Amino acid sequence: MAVLSVREKLAILSDAAKYDASCASSGSTKRDSLRSGGIGSTEGSGICHSYAPDGRCISLLKILLTNFCIYDCSYCINRSSSNVRRARFAVEEVVKLTMDFYRRNYIEGLFLSSGVIRSPDETMGEMVEVARRLRIEEKFGGYIHLKTIPEASAELIERAGFYADRLSINVELPTDESVKKLAPEKKPETIRLSMAKLRRKIEEKAEPTMQSRRRERFAPGGQSTQMIVGADKTSDDGILRASARLYGSYHLRRVYYSAFSPIPDSSSALPLRRPPLMREHRLYQADWLMRFYGFSQPEILAGSSDGMLDLAIDPKLAWALRNRGRFPVDVNRAEREALLRVPGLGAKVVDRIIETRRYRRLRLEDLGRLCNSVAKVRPFIVAEGWSPGALTDKAGLRQAITRSCEQLSLF
Amino acid sequence: MASTQLNLATHLVRLDSETDFAGWRDAARRLATNDIRPESVAWQVPDSECRVDDLPAAKPDARLVVPRDFIDRAETVICHCDPERFGFLYRLLWRLRSEPMLLSIASDPDIRKLEAMEKAVHRDIHKMRAFVRFRKIGEGTDERYVAWFEPDHFIVERNADFFVRRFTGMRWTILSPHASADWNGERLAIGPGAGKRDAPAEDDAEALWRTYFENIFNPARLKVKAMQREMPKKYWRNLPEASLIPDLIAGADKAASAMIDRMPTTPAPHHAKVKAKHWPTPGPSDVVAPEAEDIPELREEAKGCRRCPLWRDATQTVFGEGPENADVVFVGEQPGDQEDLAGKPFVGPAGRIFDSILDDAEIDRRKVYVTNAVKHFKFEPRGKRRIHSKPNAGEIQACRWWLDKELDLIKPNLVVALGATAAQSLLGKAVPITKMRGDVIQREDGLRVFLTIHPSFILRIREQEDKEAERERFLKDMRKVKQLMAA
Repeated sequence: MAVLSVREKLAILSDAAKYDASCASSGSTKRDSLRSGGIGSTEGSGICHSYAPDGRCISLLKILLTNFCIYDCSYCINRSSSNVRRARFAVEEVVKLTMDFYRRNYIEGLFLSSGVIRSPDETMGEMVEVARRLRIEEKFGGYIHLKTIPEASAELIERAGFYADRLSINVELPTDESVKKLAPEKKPETIRLSMAKLRRKIEEKAEPTMQSRRRERFAPGGQSTQMIVGADKTSDDGILRASARLYGSYHLRRVYYSAFSPIPDSSSALPLRRPPLMREHRLYQADWLMRFYGFSQPEILAGSSDGMLDLAIDPKLAWALRNRGRFPVDVNRAEREALLRVPGLGAKVVDRIIETRRYRRLRLEDLGRLCNSVAKVRPFIVAEGWSPGALTDKAGLRQAITRSCEQLSLF
Repeated sequence: MASTQLNLATHLVRLDSETDFAGWRDAARRLATNDIRPESVAWQVPDSECRVDDLPAAKPDARLVVPRDFIDRAETVICHCDPERFGFLYRLLWRLRSEPMLLSIASDPDIRKLEAMEKAVHRDIHKMRAFVRFRKIGEGTDERYVAWFEPDHFIVERNADFFVRRFTGMRWTILSPHASADWNGERLAIGPGAGKRDAPAEDDAEALWRTYFENIFNPARLKVKAMQREMPKKYWRNLPEASLIPDLIAGADKAASAMIDRMPTTPAPHHAKVKAKHWPTPGPSDVVAPEAEDIPELREEAKGCRRCPLWRDATQTVFGEGPENADVVFVGEQPGDQEDLAGKPFVGPAGRIFDSILDDAEIDRRKVYVTNAVKHFKFEPRGKRRIHSKPNAGEIQACRWWLDKELDLIKPNLVVALGATAAQSLLGKAVPITKMRGDVIQREDGLRVFLTIHPSFILRIREQEDKEAERERFLKDMRKVKQLMAA
């Protein structure tokens, strides 16, 4: 086989990584290069350095160490039966690319994943070596996200957590049955156990040690996972149920939903159609409701007929229309929890309402200045001088709101 | 407009630069303490031709108190490009004298404006951090990185520290029309503005970066609007990858349909070899495993238990632990959060209290067998917590299969039922634990069952005194167990 140039390898191994949704570089500890004299910092929130025309942000250099793989997961372009071109980076090539890109301010750091060659430990060992060289030899202070291989040894995972900001393991599909069907060599039991081990390790290392009272470094950005949506028949309710379980059980920072994307040379086990991008978007919105708006998973879709999120309107509005008895909410008196459930009021707006109403009674026009679309909020609230009357229970409310929101989005 | 204002103004403030916060603050103090109204002040920066007026000195005895928050926010807003910002900030300061809570009234139009200006400056600062693109010049000791950037607001100075923190070990310069920032590895210097021509031409890394950009894009997911919202076109001219965007968009449809149209082909040539080497076909799975003859075998079997649906949400089966010839078996309810993660019974908070009481009762935990009536954790996820929920009769019944086998193999002298669930499993019916606590019931098969509470009950008591009392009672139960063990 002809020797590939770094540029050719980069083309193959970034193409192979594009189905991974995560590119986040946030949530780690604050760090800068002032003391080390090296390169790189993280300041809590990540920075998106570019955007691809698919609307997704580019924050990290997201590549595979290699796309050779002994597994044969039918949704994956790198599965062993696929006819895709193969390449393999040397450790030093990844290190140099990361540093060259970082110095020019193209990226926040590295997201390294890999196909499994020969054995999980050999692959994981090389990934850890990339991270070690970056941290120790290059004094690199930027973000490092490693995708761990579930079967890798505990020592390797521990070292990975020492160098990396975030570790992740993909659950791949919402149910064990689907994993068994589409990824026959992957074991859902092993994936759970790995996540459980990571959570315990993260919690253990977060405790100050007895001797030094200092905390040891271990994946300060936590762990995350990705679930492919639309490759199997699981409903949105089933997907959210899986997420709620993952957040509760393993304290994941994020669950990423990746709308199943048709891949070249795809397996006949999969649907050949465009990814359901709107479905992915609605799932992210519902995920936010669970994480930041106090919704429990079962109530998001309670009362819906098919367990699917409405593609036309956002899940909070859909919930409010199904639960009109809980409205209107008085913006001058209601508790935070109740305000968070009003369609059109985000967490920030709710905080502003609560702060402001200590000094002023809020009128509808005040709210108009605080939130994006008062048309969406109006039927669900009581304000000084405003009561929605029969509007809340009006039969055509859904149409009225969607129409006025569409008009607003024109400019 | 501006000239009318100048004519009406009785006081003119000339600031040193577009971002002269110290100058603004000093002037504002003098003006406000002398009760000079915002309408009669005009503000200027150096480039503008105008007369200079002397301001009265600040009144030494006059108190001027503003919230700390206001100073921070004004420092941000002064970087905004709006020429009216100095006067606007002074007007806010003026209002703050009589409305001290003004900053908390988010619905006030002036506060809305303040927020909008702050947001614009922050966004510009953020975009500069994102879209500055360094180009390398020189090699070895001459190596330097130079960038050209065109911000909307006067933010270069304010943002320079970020680049120092990030690129300490590198020599760099950021050029912009308004100002430049230079870091020589030790010191930061802010200099005058520059032109795009002062920046170097593209370097080798840009071709690699464009390769990455082209390939990380998935043509099946075109979302041009989302891209442009975050990366407006005005930045494109200084981003090396942006020149690719039009072609990527134009070709996306074709590329995506090509992906979809390409029919599944025959497996790659090496696939069969990989399969043979790494995935030996497992033995036929429908062969019934021989009956487990000891606890390790039983534990292995229980790993794949599907007797009830609880395995779905749990991490793993938590099987019993202890010597196979133990005299006594303790049976709890079900594993909890920590047990589910660790795969071992009684390691969480309830396990710790259980251990310490066994210790006080002089029962050696290493010599007893500890297990649960139900071997998968049953819970409701609530945010980042799992709320324990009680196993129902069906689940207890399904899991009894394992408990019976454990007892068959161990043949203990005594079983301790910790709590109602354990009692129900062991006796086959619900019994009132609080009433029958301390009783020993002999089953039909001759096995003696000692009834007591579950140690997690002690954890739930809030009052320290009651808690101590309950712990004493449980200790007494355990001492009784010790006596019975010997009997």
